[in-house]
Amino acid sequence: MPSTGESRSMIAPVNKIIPFSNVDGPGNRTSIFFQGCPFNCLFCHNPETIHLCKGCGLCVKGCPTGALRLTDGAVEWDGGRCVQCDACIRTCPHDASPRIRWMTVEDVVKEVRRAAPYIEGITTSGGECTLHNEFLIALFTEVRKLGKTCLIDSNGSFDFERDPRVLAVSEGVMLDVKAVEKGWSDTLISHPRDTVLKNLDWLLAAGKLYEVRTILFPNRDRENAETVRYVAEHIGDRCFYKIIRYRPYGVREKYQKLLGEFETDPDYAERYASLARECGAARAYVV
Amino acid sequence: MSDALNIIQDPTLTYKQELLALARLGESTDDSLRYSDEYYEAKRKGALCDLNEGVMPYRPRYICPDYELLFQKGCKFLALDPPKDLLEAVNVLEIFYCHVPSITSFPVYLGDLDRLLEPFVVREDRSFAKKVLGLFLRNIDRVQTDSFVHADIGPEDSVTARILLELTEEMQLAVPNLTLKYDPEKTSDDFALACVRCMLKTAKPSFANHRMFVREWGERYAIASCYNGLSIGGGGFTLPRLRLYECALDAKSADDFLTRELPRHIDLQLEYMDRRVKFIVEQSSFFKTNFLVTEGFVKLENFTGMFGVVGLAECCNHLLGIRDKKQGFGMNPEATALGLRIMDAIDARVKAHEAPYCDAYGHRYRLHAQVGIDTDGMDDSPGTRIPIGVEPTMLEQLEVNEKFHPYFPTGTGDIFKFEETWLKTPDAILAIIKGSLANGLRYFSGYLENNDVVRVTGYLVKKSEIEKLRAKKQSLNNVTVFGMGAQDGGHALDRRVQKHDSAGQ
Repeated sequence: MPSTGESRSMIAPVNKIIPFSNVDGPGNRTSIFFQGCPFNCLFCHNPETIHLCKGCGLCVKGCPTGALRLTDGAVEWDGGRCVQCDACIRTCPHDASPRIRWMTVEDVVKEVRRAAPYIEGITTSGGECTLHNEFLIALFTEVRKLGKTCLIDSNGSFDFERDPRVLAVSEGVMLDVKAVEKGWSDTLISHPRDTVLKNLDWLLAAGKLYEVRTILFPNRDRENAETVRYVAEHIGDRCFYKIIRYRPYGVREKYQKLLGEFETDPDYAERYASLARECGAARAYVV
Repeated sequence: MSDALNIIQDPTLTYKQELLALARLGESTDDSLRYSDEYYEAKRKGALCDLNEGVMPYRPRYICPDYELLFQKGCKFLALDPPKDLLEAVNVLEIFYCHVPSITSFPVYLGDLDRLLEPFVVREDRSFAKKVLGLFLRNIDRVQTDSFVHADIGPEDSVTARILLELTEEMQLAVPNLTLKYDPEKTSDDFALACVRCMLKTAKPSFANHRMFVREWGERYAIASCYNGLSIGGGGFTLPRLRLYECALDAKSADDFLTRELPRHIDLQLEYMDRRVKFIVEQSSFFKTNFLVTEGFVKLENFTGMFGVVGLAECCNHLLGIRDKKQGFGMNPEATALGLRIMDAIDARVKAHEAPYCDAYGHRYRLHAQVGIDTDGMDDSPGTRIPIGVEPTMLEQLEVNEKFHPYFPTGTGDIFKFEETWLKTPDAILAIIKGSLANGLRYFSGYLENNDVVRVTGYLVKKSEIEKLRAKKQSLNNVTVFGMGAQDGGHALDRRVQKHDSAGQ
C-alpha cells in the first residue's frame, strides 16, 4: 500500500468526470474516466481516450476558441474557454486528447464529495482505469470513508489475481469480455485475451464480479454466439450479463467500414440475451 | 369589436371557457378597489403583476377545504351525509369539488386522497376499488377541466395510493396534478420507486419535501395548484408577483437596487396585498356567508397572502451586466450570491410587514416563487429557476436550487426532463431526489422527454391538446392555452434533457 505521502503526490490523467451516471453500475454514480488504454479495440467509440497526448501540437491551430496552447512541447488546455466542440480530438492522429486533467486523489475526492449526497457510489472507467492501480487504491480508500461504494469498469487486462489489493477496497468489477475466439480477439482488441478470460473465472470465484459486458456486432453471428455462450456458461446466475448493441457512433471511420455502419438490431440482441439465459446467465439483459 | 364579442366568437373556447372569460370581463367593469398611483405606474411598467386576478375579488385565490371534516360531519348546505362506503365517499367528493371556488373557479386542492379514501378502499375487493377510483379520476379530468386541480398522496404507502398510481399511468390524464409528500423516514423505497416510475411516464407525482413543509405549516398542509404549500382548512388570499427583472431596470447598481428600487417595489406589492386581503375578508361575501366558512371547512385564520417573485435570474444578470445567460445566474457564483442577497432582502422586508388577518402565521405573508405565465416570454424565468436553454449539469442545477427553495413556504419547484434510459433506473432518480431534498430542495418534478403529458412550468398539459389549439380546435382543459403560450414565448418545453453519458463501449 502506498503511504499517505505518496498518495498525496500521486497524480493520474483524468479524461472526464460525470457527476451523475445511471448506466455505470447500481443506482446513481459518479463516473471517473481515466486516460490511456492498453487495448486498441476496433469498435472503440471514444478512441481519444486510448493514448496520452504526445505534445505534437497539431490540434492547437484548429481550436476555434483558443483553448489550447503549446508550451514547452506540451499542449495546455483551458477548460474555461473550451466549448467541447471536439475539433481537437478529430484532428489528433494519435488517438489522444489534449482535454485531460492531471489530478491528485484529493482533487478527485473533492468532486466525489460534491456529488456524495446524490450518489450510491463511484465507478472508475476509461480508457482503462487499472493502469492507475495505486491511484485507484488510494482513491477508493478515501471514497469508502464517505460511505460510498467503488466499482471498477475494466477491459480485463489487469491481472487481479496477481495483485488483488484494489479489490479489498472495491465492491467489484464490471468486466468487458469482448471476444473469446483467439483469432477474432486478436483482430478486435489488438491484444491477447488470456488475462481477460482468466479474470472472468478468478473474479467470479472471489465474489468480485458485478457484471460482464459483451457487444454484439452486425453480421458476426458465429463470433457473437461463441462469446455469449462462453460467458453465460461461466457466470451462470452469479452476476449480471449486459449485452450491448454495437452502435457506429464515435467509431473511427476506417473501422466502421469493417464492423458496420449501422446499429445492431434490438430484436437480434434480444435473441442473444435469450441464448445467454438458456446457457444459464439468468441475469442477462440488453441495452 | 367588443371584448365580449371577441370572446363569444372565439372558435377555440369551450362554452365554459367563454363563461369564465365573460365573468372576468364583467368583474372588470367595477374599479372601486383602488391602489396608489405609484402602484399603477409600477404595474404599467411591468415591474408588478397581479396575475390577472381580477379587480374585484369575490373569493380567496386558493381554497384548501378540510375534507376530513367533510367525511366526519357531512355537509349541511349540500345535504351530504358522512360517507359509509367507497361509492359514497367518491360521490361526496365529486359533488363537493363542484362547489369549491378559486381563482380558476376549479378546486385547486382535492385532498390527501390516499388518507381520505384508504379506510373505504381496504374494505372493498381491490379490482372493484380500482374500478371506482378509475371512474373518480375520469370524473375529475372531465368535470374539473383545469390543470391547477391538484391532489396529494403520501408520505406513507397505502393500497389507495398504489391504485391511484396504476390508474395514473394507465389513463395518462393531465388532471389532476399530483404530489407525493416524501419523508425518508415514512415513505418506503418501494413506494417511492413506484412514484418515480409513474412520474417518468406521466409527469406526476412530483416529490414534496414533507419535513420542510411540516416544519413550516404543521402536519396539516396541502400542496395545491402548481406546487403551492398552504394550510388544510385555509388557503391563499392572493398571489401577486414582483417581476424582478423589470424591478431592476431603473436601478443604477446592485446596491442601488437593494437599497432603493427593491424595497420600493416590495412595499407597493404589500400595499396591493393588504388592500386586497381586506377587501376579500371585509367586503366580499365569501367569509361571511359561504358554506365552506360557515360550516368550518375553511377558517379565516388559516389563510395567508402569497408574496410572489419571478425572474430572479434575469434580475441578477442585468444588475451584473451579464449579457450572455450562459455566463450568468446558475453558472456564475457572483450572480448566485447576488440572488441570495436579493432573496434575503425580500424575505426580511416581507417578514417585517404586519399583514391584516393571517392570524395563524403571526400576521405575516409568505413567499412564493411564481412559475411564470404564458406572456412572460424570455424576460422572466420562473421564480428563482435557471433559465431554460442554459441549464448546467443536474448536479450544479440542484446545488443552486437547494439554496433558494427554503425561502418559499408557499411554493417553488424545479423540473427535470429525462431521456428514456432513466426509466430502467428509477433507483438512480430516487437517490438524486433523496439527496436533493435532504440538502434543502423543496419540490422535485420530472418527466420523460417523449411523453404526451408534460410539465410546462408547474402545471401539466398534453402536447396533443396544444396541437388541437394550434389547429383552431377547442381543448377541454382551460390550461392548454397557457401551455401553448409558454412553449411559444418561453420555450418552456425545451429544458435540458438528462442524458446518459458514458464513455465506455
